[in-house]
Amino acid sequence: MASNTHEATSQAADAAGHGAAAEHASNAGMPQLDFSTWGNQIFWLLVTLVVIYFVLSRVALPRIAAVLAERQGTITKDIAAAEELKAKAADAEAAYNQALADARAEAARIVEATKAEIKADVDAAMAKADEEISAKAAEGEKAIAEIRANALDSVEKVATATAGEIVSALGGKADAKAVKAAIADRMKG
Amino acid sequence: MATEAHSEGSGLVFHPMDQFIIKPLFGEGPIQWYTITNATLWMALAVIAIIAVMVLGTSRRAVVPGRSQSIGELAYGFVYKMVEDVTGKDGVVFFPYVMTLFMFIVMANFLGLLPLSFTTTSHFAVTVVLAMFVFLTVTIVGFIKNGTHFLALFWVSSAPLALRPVLAIIELISYFVRPVSHSIRLAGNVMAGHAVIKVFAGFAAITVISPVSVVAITAMYGLEVLVAFIQAYVFTILTCVYLKDALHPGH
Repeated sequence: MASNTHEATSQAADAAGHGAAAEHASNAGMPQLDFSTWGNQIFWLLVTLVVIYFVLSRVALPRIAAVLAERQGTITKDIAAAEELKAKAADAEAAYNQALADARAEAARIVEATKAEIKADVDAAMAKADEEISAKAAEGEKAIAEIRANALDSVEKVATATAGEIVSALGGKADAKAVKAAIADRMKG
Repeated sequence: MATEAHSEGSGLVFHPMDQFIIKPLFGEGPIQWYTITNATLWMALAVIAIIAVMVLGTSRRAVVPGRSQSIGELAYGFVYKMVEDVTGKDGVVFFPYVMTLFMFIVMANFLGLLPLSFTTTSHFAVTVVLAMFVFLTVTIVGFIKNGTHFLALFWVSSAPLALRPVLAIIELISYFVRPVSHSIRLAGNVMAGHAVIKVFAGFAAITVISPVSVVAITAMYGLEVLVAFIQAYVFTILTCVYLKDALHPGH
């Protein structure tokens, strides 16, 4: 189709060219309308277009398309890799937080256990001490009661003796029974 | 259009269109279809530039691209997205074809901005062939893909029935005007910019005006850099729009 057009135009141009040649010599009018050159231009234009078309469609365009596709692929892959790394980082952070929480809980547990242990020790020691104290106190009370009893006894004896002596010294006759009764009466009051 | 204009007295001579003359590179004589001309040379340079950017530049296939590979990928992404956005998923099969058009036009335009260069896209012979390629592709693909349903493109079913024949004529005319506007837009823009720069350059021969002339050339050159890209973009996106018509006719 193209070559037919070219042939026809070329012939027409050649035919017109003879007429235009004389005109051209006088350098009048637009060179664009000098049809004697049309055949030449159209021929070389067709050659040019065919060459460009083949160079572009066979070499340049597939290559650029491949490069663009590859770049798109690389970008997509890189984004995917970045997503993956981000997920990994999030996982690592979660694990770190988990470990931190675990450690905190463990520490709290240890503190709690130690506290309980110490408290138990202290309680035991307190109980023991209380027991000892109460034992000592009971012992002391017993001793005091004994001493008090002894003292009362001695007071009674001394009072009986003293009262007998005083009564005799005053020239009376000490009735042992009456003195004893009087002393017992006094000591009660 | 005046090719030369003599201003009185100073002998100023303008040849703004001389830069577009096609000459044989080797020797003299008539230009045959196979003659190697300046047009041939600059088309070949465009091919070399495209190979340099798109093939040699991407040869390292680096995942992290270097400078030239970035340019190649940028061009690829730019045109691919345009084709996909405008024509839809099923238009992607035309991507190498649209890419060929875009790369050739953009390279030819930018090479044409080099001083002393020849701009192949300033010639109607070139742009008409490019536009006719698009027109024929669209028409053929449209009929192959949709059969007679392709004609629904001209039959505006959303319009009132009485208006439809009128609209059909208008649509038909606009359809056949497409290759004309498509080709003249590109060549016209490129040619006009280059010619204007040449005219300003002609004024630089007058000492008093020359600073203004230099500033004007610089400004025009900046504009031309924009035009070089924008026209390639416009040509390509219109190709995509026409392809969309072929793939999905009906409004």
